[in-house]
Amino acid sequence: MNQAIAPTIRVQNVRQNRLQRKLYIFGALAILLILASFFSDYLCPYDPYMQDMSLTKAAPSAQHWLGTDRYGRDMLSRVIAGSKTSIFSTLLLVGFITVFGSVIGIICAWAGKWVDTVLMRLSDMFLAFPGLVFALAVAAVLGGGVHNAIFALAAISWPKYARLARSQTLSLQSAAFMQAAKMAGSSTFKIIRKHVIPNISGPILVTAMLDIGTMMMELAGLSFLGLGAKPPIPEWGSMMSDTRNLLPTQPWVTLAPGFAIFFSVMVFNLLGDTVRDYLDPKNRR
Amino acid sequence: MDEILQVRHLKKIFSRRDGDDITAVDDVSFSLQKGEKLAIIGESGSGKTTVARLVARLLEPTAGEILLDGEDITSARGTALKKAYTRMQMVFQNPVDSFDPRCTLGDGISESLRNHGKSREQAAEMTKNLLALCGLGAEFAQRYPHEVSGGQCQRAAIARALAIEPELVILDEATSALDVTVQADILALLNRLQEDRGIAYLFICHDIALVQDFCDRIIVMHEGRIVETGTPDEVIDSPREEYTRNLIDSVLC
Repeated sequence: MNQAIAPTIRVQNVRQNRLQRKLYIFGALAILLILASFFSDYLCPYDPYMQDMSLTKAAPSAQHWLGTDRYGRDMLSRVIAGSKTSIFSTLLLVGFITVFGSVIGIICAWAGKWVDTVLMRLSDMFLAFPGLVFALAVAAVLGGGVHNAIFALAAISWPKYARLARSQTLSLQSAAFMQAAKMAGSSTFKIIRKHVIPNISGPILVTAMLDIGTMMMELAGLSFLGLGAKPPIPEWGSMMSDTRNLLPTQPWVTLAPGFAIFFSVMVFNLLGDTVRDYLDPKNRR
Repeated sequence: MDEILQVRHLKKIFSRRDGDDITAVDDVSFSLQKGEKLAIIGESGSGKTTVARLVARLLEPTAGEILLDGEDITSARGTALKKAYTRMQMVFQNPVDSFDPRCTLGDGISESLRNHGKSREQAAEMTKNLLALCGLGAEFAQRYPHEVSGGQCQRAAIARALAIEPELVILDEATSALDVTVQADILALLNRLQEDRGIAYLFICHDIALVQDFCDRIIVMHEGRIVETGTPDEVIDSPREEYTRNLIDSVLC
C-alpha cells in the first residue's frame, strides 16, 4: 500500500516545489518592477523630459542604451519613468476596484432585499458597457488624462469583484460557524472582519492578481488611443502611439515601450497564475 | 418550578417563489424547566431542527412567542439578542463545519468571552479550563478544525457553548455526525455537565433509543406538529399515536 502511495506523494512534492520556485521567481520580478516604478525618479540616467535637438532619433549607443526619440529624449529614461504611470496606476486601479467591489459585494450579501437588488442591477449596468466605449464616453465628458482613464476602467471593472465577493459571502452565510459567531455575541462588523474576509480573500486575491496584467494592457491601450496619459508625460501606451510611424526606420523607439508593456504584463500574469495554482487545494499535500 | 424556556404557538412558514408555501413548524408549544433535559424527536423533515433554529433566533418565526426565563425574545435584536445569547447557546450538527476553518478552536471557544469583556489572557485561561472540562488537552486551543477528529471537534463545540455559562443549551443533532462509541462519550460528558451546572438541554435528535436514558421528557414531532409528549417510558412503552409506534418499531428492528 505504501509503495502505491509513495510515487504520488513524490510527484506532489516535486510539483509543490516547482510551484514554490515559480512563485518566488515571479514574485521577485513583480516586486522588482514595482520598486522600479516607485524609485523611477532616481533610476533614470537622464531627465525623461529633456529634449536634445542635436541628437534626435539616435540609435542605441553607450550613452543612450535605447536610443532617443524624435525630440532627442533618452528612451531608457522615458521607459523607466513610464513605469511610474503604467505600473503604479495599474496597481492603484486594481487595489481600488478590489476593495471597493468586495465591500459592495459583502454589503449586498449581508443586507439582501432591495439593497442587494439595486446594487446588483447597478453592477449589471456597468458590466454591460464595453470598456473602450465607456472610456471614450468618460473622455468625452471629463476629458482625457490618466485619472479619467483610471476612473473609466474602475467604473467598469468593480462589478466583477462585487459579484465574486457577494457569491462567496452568500455561500459562507449558511455555514454553522457564522451562526456560532452570531451566538457568541459578535457584532456584524466583527463577524465580517474576523470570519467573512479571511474566508473569501483567497479567490478575490487571485482574481486581482490575474487582473493586474489585463488592466495594464487596457490602460496602455487607452493611452495609445490618446484617452489616457497625455504627452509629454511618459507612459508606455502613449509613447508607442507617438512613435508608431517611426517603426520602419527607428524601431527601437516603439519597441522599447512595447517590450516594457509585454514584459510587465507577462510577469504579473504569470505571478497571478502561479498564485492561483499555489492556493489550489489540489496542489496541496 | 421555574421555566427557562417557554414556546407558545410557534409557527414557521417558508415561502417559496414558485407558489407552494411550506409549513415547517405548525402551532408548536412546549416549555422547558430549569435543569431539565427535553428531547424533540422525529424523522427528517418533521420540523425539529427548524424548532431549534427558531428558538435560537437563527430563523424568524412566522407567528408565536419564545420566552427565555419569562422574557420575550421573539423579536429581540442587537443588545437584547446578545444578552439572550449569554443565557442560551447551541451545539450544531456538524462539528467541523461549526468552527471557522481559518481560526483555531481556541479562537472559536474564546470568541464569546472576548465579546463579553474578558481580556485575551483571561479568555485563554478560561478556554484551557473549558477544554479540560470537556476532556481535551490545552494543546487543542492551537489546533484548526480540520486537524482534529469529529468527536474532539464536538467536544470543543460543547466547550464553546459552555464558555459563557448559559442556562440553556440547544443540541441540534449534536451526536448524529459521530460514530456510536463517540456518541456515548459525548452523552456521558453532557450528563456530567448537566449534573455539575444544572444546565437545561433542548436535545434535537432522530434516534429514539439515544434519548431514552438521556432525557427527562420527550416531544415527538411529525410534519411540523407535536404529536406526542411525555416521559421516555410513557412514550416508548405506551405510545398513543400510530406515528410514534412506527418510529419506535423502526429503531427496534
